Amino acid sequence: MIKELTCIVCPKGCALRVELENQQVLSVTGNACPRGKQYAIDECTHPTRTLTTTARTADGGVVSVKTDRAIPKELMFDCMAQINRTVVSLPVRVGDVILENILGTGANVIATMNL
Amino acid sequence: MKEIELVIVGGGPAGMSAAVAAYESGISDLLIIERDARLGGILQQCIHNGFGLHRFGEELTGPEYAWKYEKLVREKQIPFLPNTMVLDITPDKVVTATNATDGVFQIKAKAIILAMGCRERSRGALNIAGTRPAGIYTAGTAQKYVNLKGYMPGKEVVILGSGDIGLIMARRMTLEGAKVHAVCELMPYSGGLARNIEQCLHDFDIPLRLSHTVVEIHGKERLTGVTIAKVDKNRRPIPETREYIPCDTLLLSVGLIPENELSKTASVTLDRVTGGAVVDQDRQTSVEGIFACGNVLHVHDLVDYVSEEAEIAGKNAAAYIRGEAIERTEINLRTDGKIRYTVPQRITQKKDVTVYFRVADVYRNVTVKILDGERVVYQKKKPRVAPGEMESITLNADQLADAKELLFALEVK
Ligand code: SF4
Repeated sequence: MIKELTCIVCPKGCALRVELENQQVLSVTGNACPRGKQYAIDECTHPTRTLTTTARTADGGVVSVKTDRAIPKELMFDCMAQINRTVVSLPVRVGDVILENILGTGANVIATMNL
Repeated sequence: MKEIELVIVGGGPAGMSAAVAAYESGISDLLIIERDARLGGILQQCIHNGFGLHRFGEELTGPEYAWKYEKLVREKQIPFLPNTMVLDITPDKVVTATNATDGVFQIKAKAIILAMGCRERSRGALNIAGTRPAGIYTAGTAQKYVNLKGYMPGKEVVILGSGDIGLIMARRMTLEGAKVHAVCELMPYSGGLARNIEQCLHDFDIPLRLSHTVVEIHGKERLTGVTIAKVDKNRRPIPETREYIPCDTLLLSVGLIPENELSKTASVTLDRVTGGAVVDQDRQTSVEGIFACGNVLHVHDLVDYVSEEAEIAGKNAAAYIRGEAIERTEINLRTDGKIRYTVPQRITQKKDVTVYFRVADVYRNVTVKILDGERVVYQKKKPRVAPGEMESITLNADQLADAKELLFALEVK
């Protein structure tokens, strides 16, 4: 089976063609760099995304946050729910850990803004 | 009147990086004037990642990218005035500004760097028939509400325009629990990056309706729905394809315009295509000592390129202040229409020059050619070029030779 993907690792957005057999990646073409191949393999076996969103702050505002590594794609909305239940105390600095190891993904949710 | 060697108008990515570059080139008498309460400009609300791969080799969010530069500004103790609005700039470089503590005041500068950025086109809404209810926002305004204020502008959303901000907001609204029914794009292709179509639309099964536009707005107080329709080759809506979508929110992502009101007061010559100043390779405008960089000059796809351009402006503003004598030449860069514009538009010095350009349409199997009359200065084949992707070519002094004018052309098979 041939699967067509767009590499999202960098803004170049290479069009990838992945040859698959029984969930196994046989070959990847169209990638302008090795990261594209890795992306294609991950995307076909266990797709992941970095989640960027905001969390409430104690003063009723919001602070921008992200997962410090990519999390399984299917957990995005569960992670959103957990982040939206969190209230961040102020002040907060870029890189401060807001939630550790969110949903056991190994990713920490960290602040991306100083407030 | 207060005198300052270098005044930078705007404390976004362009202003900060120009200031740092000028400082590193020996200018310590400088000032950044910023209209907002903090530095960072539009990056503050661009909380998604994808910034900085070129510059820093890592993927950063907008606020993190801004912070990298703000840290440098703070470390070098480069002065900046927040909450201050520049009202006027004269050709002899007098800056009039105002804020709540100092009132209206003037500064005489030796050089000025324009870094005011761009604003969103709102025209997309003006030519749509129907009522004028609440619930219609530019994508950037919605982005500010959601990401900086923590308010959701609505729950059932249609987006007009598939520029990157529109795509990013489709994902953002979806993550926060809204339903994005469609992203309509007038053109047969999206103006956004392929990766954003993938990770913002496909990931969430949001339909991208190419060659579609919003033809009617419904609702009295609040938006209740929009009618969309397919457009023909001439971008005219086809009546039989009209389709009603109930929604409470319409976001417009229909383009960005460089914000050049101040450049006009300074009598800076503007380029009709870019909407920004006409500049030379140093990013100096038609007014000596006034430089421009970032989105005020032309709309960039990547902030990394904004920083790069701002460094050029900062370094050369410093050289101008030091009064370095340079041998001048004059080469005008022209385009054939398929290539819409170049930045810079003129070359005034024979040195390595990187020229950025954008094309007018999606073309396949093309040859980019630079011609000095009959002489082919440069040519390169490309499998595909698109308006959404800025291209660049670096020319060296030898290639420039004795050219008076260079034509940037696209040969389409
Ligand atoms: S394959 Fe490499 S160059 Fe192409 S989009 Fe992916 S990361 Fe970028």
